[in-house]
Amino acid sequence: MEEKKETVISTKELTKKFDDFVAVDKITFEVHKGEIFGFLGANGAGKTTAMRMLCGLSRPTSGEAMVAGIDVYHKPEEIKRNIGYMSQKFSLYEDLTVMENIKFYAGVYGLSDKDIKEKTEELVNKLGLQNQAKVLVKLLPLGWRQKLAFSVAIVHQPKIVFLDEPTGGVDPSTRKQFWDMIYDASERGITIFVTTHYLDEAEYCDRICIMVDGKIKALDTPFQLKQNYKVDNITEVFYQLARTAKRGDD
Amino acid sequence: MSAITLDHITKTYNKGTTMAVDDISFAVEKGELFGLIGPDGAGKTSIFRMLTTLLLPDKGTGTVVGNDIVKDYRKIRGIVGYMPGRFSLYQDLTVEENLNFFATVFGTTIKENYDQIKDIYGMLEPFKDRRAGKLSGGMKQKLALCCALIHKPEVLFLDEPTTGVDVVSRKEFWEMLKRLKAQGITILVSTSYMDEATLCDRIALILGGKILSLDTPANIVKEYPEKLYAVKSSKMHKLLNDLRTNEDILTCYAAGEYIHLSLKKEDKETENHLLKYLQDKQETDLVFKETTPTVEDCFIRLLGKQEEKEVTKDGRKEGNGN
Repeated sequence: MEEKKETVISTKELTKKFDDFVAVDKITFEVHKGEIFGFLGANGAGKTTAMRMLCGLSRPTSGEAMVAGIDVYHKPEEIKRNIGYMSQKFSLYEDLTVMENIKFYAGVYGLSDKDIKEKTEELVNKLGLQNQAKVLVKLLPLGWRQKLAFSVAIVHQPKIVFLDEPTGGVDPSTRKQFWDMIYDASERGITIFVTTHYLDEAEYCDRICIMVDGKIKALDTPFQLKQNYKVDNITEVFYQLARTAKRGDD
Repeated sequence: MSAITLDHITKTYNKGTTMAVDDISFAVEKGELFGLIGPDGAGKTSIFRMLTTLLLPDKGTGTVVGNDIVKDYRKIRGIVGYMPGRFSLYQDLTVEENLNFFATVFGTTIKENYDQIKDIYGMLEPFKDRRAGKLSGGMKQKLALCCALIHKPEVLFLDEPTTGVDVVSRKEFWEMLKRLKAQGITILVSTSYMDEATLCDRIALILGGKILSLDTPANIVKEYPEKLYAVKSSKMHKLLNDLRTNEDILTCYAAGEYIHLSLKKEDKETENHLLKYLQDKQETDLVFKETTPTVEDCFIRLLGKQEEKEVTKDGRKEGNGN
């Protein structure tokens, strides 16, 4: 069933050093269009640094990286127009209403006034937030805020959306609803690049990559990884790999 | 005597318009490791802040080691350790300075109570001259725990100590808690990770300021009323969508590698009917088997029940059921 897929992220020996410290150490991988790609690793493994380079926020020390067909060295600004980004820590302006947030982001991403109006209505209806459209975001339950943040991150139909621990702190049902939205986006051809500490969510990814000490130590489908390590679940794979970490959590 | 009691405690915010804790009662026994399990906004932090005397309840009473949480607040502050959800140490002080500060506030010294923390502090000592703000997540968590322990508290309150922490550090942290419990310390801990629930002696599942269920993890799981099945195929999202449109299904949702589901009628005929349906839908590499519920399954079921009860003013369902 594997058809030839378009590559939307490709890196070759991508490296980031902070003085002597090698945060990301020659990572090479590819992500395909529409793929749900899980990016895992212990705290301090280098996930955030790698993600920042791919988003055009941090210049690599060496190596190559193409994101949405754009070279991260030469046109980091252009990358930002072609990707979406959401993290648990920061996504929405809490003192703006639901509608104001959508309008603001759609505007920042360069949508036309007409598109902004249409998109805003469409999103509010789709999320079932008609009665909350003029409510300040900080007054919404966390689960709804996360769903709104995700919708806003893909309001401009980006090629890729980066999700940095998007589902922390919500109840298990809301987490599952959030993953339904991820699946929908992926079926519409948006590539999902996601980090999480919930390892059951790793099972929902098409492929996962596990980083240890700045290097990619494993990259495959969840099924294949479990086979390779002869274990029943991804948590066990993760333990086996993360325990080999030398630089530790400092 | 119970180490912690709550008797019909209610707490509201914004002049009574926001219900945080809704008439909650429970007790934690001495030496028990008790878990409050629930999502953000369930009321966990409000419970912690009332028990640690930082917030007054609107109604109800509570005690910590026999001391009233309103009248005896001074006494309580001396005998409890509290690790708030948000990192609350001094970012500009070093690891050692922070620990020294907390020891001094409680009228003791690091040296005097070193035994209490040496297990955990041992891992931090190589970094003792580093500023707390420059520590990684796992290290901050260990330092915060040391600071909460330095005065040898009788009761430890840990508000979401493992949020945002990777699975390896989370496991280490729970091993530390087990050792502290072995020393006789009573621990009340909250988490939104369902897998941590099974590590507690007893748990309360809470949502919207109410307790949905309270028991040992084993009993909570045992009381799951329906037969639960696990299914998987080579195309999980298709399978889930197909299941959602099937009339025999009571509930279904993704659960890691499998989809968990229960049936409206638990007989062989319905089972076969469903299997036939899935074959017709051309699911490949289908696995279908009975499975044992987890705490997460129980929580999801209770959330669903809650949703049935709550319908908002505009007639749209609120909450998070499936």
